[in-house]
Amino acid sequence: MPNTYYTKEHEWVTVDGTSASVGITDFAAHQLGDITFVELPKVGKTVKQFEVLCGIESVKTASDIYAPLSGKVVAVNDALNDTPEVVNASPEESAWMAKLEIADASETSKLMNRDQYLEYLKGL
Amino acid sequence: MDFAPHTPEEIREMLSAIGVGSIGELFSPIPQALRAKSFDLPPGMSEFEMLDRLKALASRNTDVLPFVGGGYYDHLIPAAVDHLAGRSEFYTAYTPYQPECSQGSLQALYEYQTAICRLTGLDVSNASLYDGGTALAEAALMALRITGRNRLVIDAAVNPFHRAIVKTYLETHPVEVVEVFPEDASTARGALFGEIDDRCAAVLVANPTFLGCVSDYTDLAAKAHENGALLVSAVYPVALGLLKTPGEMDVDIAVGDGQSVGNPLSFGGPAFGFIATKKAYIRNLPGRIVGETDDREGRRGYVLTLQAREQHIKRHKATSNICSNQSLCALRGLIHLSLLGKQGMVELAHQNRDKAEYAKGALTAIRGVTAIAREPSFNEFTLRLPSRAEDAVAALLRRGIAAGVPLAPWYPGSEKDLVITVTEKRSKVEIDRLAQELEKVLWS
Repeated sequence: MPNTYYTKEHEWVTVDGTSASVGITDFAAHQLGDITFVELPKVGKTVKQFEVLCGIESVKTASDIYAPLSGKVVAVNDALNDTPEVVNASPEESAWMAKLEIADASETSKLMNRDQYLEYLKGL
Repeated sequence: MDFAPHTPEEIREMLSAIGVGSIGELFSPIPQALRAKSFDLPPGMSEFEMLDRLKALASRNTDVLPFVGGGYYDHLIPAAVDHLAGRSEFYTAYTPYQPECSQGSLQALYEYQTAICRLTGLDVSNASLYDGGTALAEAALMALRITGRNRLVIDAAVNPFHRAIVKTYLETHPVEVVEVFPEDASTARGALFGEIDDRCAAVLVANPTFLGCVSDYTDLAAKAHENGALLVSAVYPVALGLLKTPGEMDVDIAVGDGQSVGNPLSFGGPAFGFIATKKAYIRNLPGRIVGETDDREGRRGYVLTLQAREQHIKRHKATSNICSNQSLCALRGLIHLSLLGKQGMVELAHQNRDKAEYAKGALTAIRGVTAIAREPSFNEFTLRLPSRAEDAVAALLRRGIAAGVPLAPWYPGSEKDLVITVTEKRSKVEIDRLAQELEKVLWS
């Protein structure tokens, strides 16, 4: 049964068994404005939780995307190379950026669930 | 108006504001041994005295007949270059971040980029860099970013000054730099190929090399690509009128110094560096890129583009440390290139090559003088003399000829080797004079 978690830096991660898909939230996509480029990570890259996973550029800024969980990048969403605007159109459905092979499933305890995240947004 | 920035009163104010008693105390953390003992400046003088002094210094200059290249070249600059580039709109313009005020500068840079793309046969160019050496170093950094690897292979026949700049840039990076030295003035192709493996980020070559050799690197590009590495080539813009372009060789990043198009020698600068690459790598290109767009009413306009990869937005994560470009020098390059046009560049290149070939023939007719390289040359070639090249150069300088660049300081075992350069400006009479004088210096 997949579960979705959120970070304070506005990434979402959907856990399905030992695999996790990562993207940015609707809130983040709105804050950034028109996304012009997603600098996808390299397949095979290993990251620790909350380390920089990849980068994203909008018309006005460039930001880091942090890994919600530790693991190894096993797939990236190559479609974003040609259509980065999908991140604006569908940040939490189509615009996953990387799939991770999860190193430590217990790290989800450091993340928020959807209700907690929505509550967190109210405080911003 | 006061031209002295710091009056004694102001200095006192500043010192007291930071709670320091004197200038000496301010600099006290710097060990005495490291402080300047004297700037060795003469006493102040009046404007008249100063002009006399400058005139006396200038009169010590002598005209020598130059056959020196090594990265900076004595080419003809069309008079229109000075005239057009000297227009105040270009001469005084500042950084074009506000496109509404800077359409002229921006369009000029856009056209410059187009010219560099046509010259190199590659897809994208930035708005110029500081010089050829920094362009090569930036290309090396690009390759490291793109491949995520940390090993660079450099053909040591690349300009040694530019190699030194690359090494300085990489000093604090965890990067292994492998240099492959030439054999008898020729590129050590076998060794170069042998160094390419799956750890290699890029191979850096020059075409022509510092020793004057021209090569087709198509096979080297293929070998690099098979191993997931890039091929970076430093090129001499004038030679591109005749040689296969980097694009035709499938080179990934082409760089070079633009002095030879439209910029005077001026004791070594300023000029500009150029860098061009394939479209896939545009986000890794350092510096500024000018793009063409439409405004709200559909009118054509020019803007700095892809700025998210640039310093003022990405800050410490910027693609490079380059935050500026060499606009005016690049503009001179553009004007020169457009005045010559495609056909003019071809003719210029042929003149350089043909005159150099004539010189090569005349010089190798001298007893004991040979051209040792296996590869063909463009307008520069290495001669092996029967005795030390530095002695011959010194003797020829006394006879009013700057004969070339002795290779000894950079290439061990090349004490007798001399690189001679012949541009379109050298006449047959001048070349014959070089040959006659060299023969005298060597054999009488």
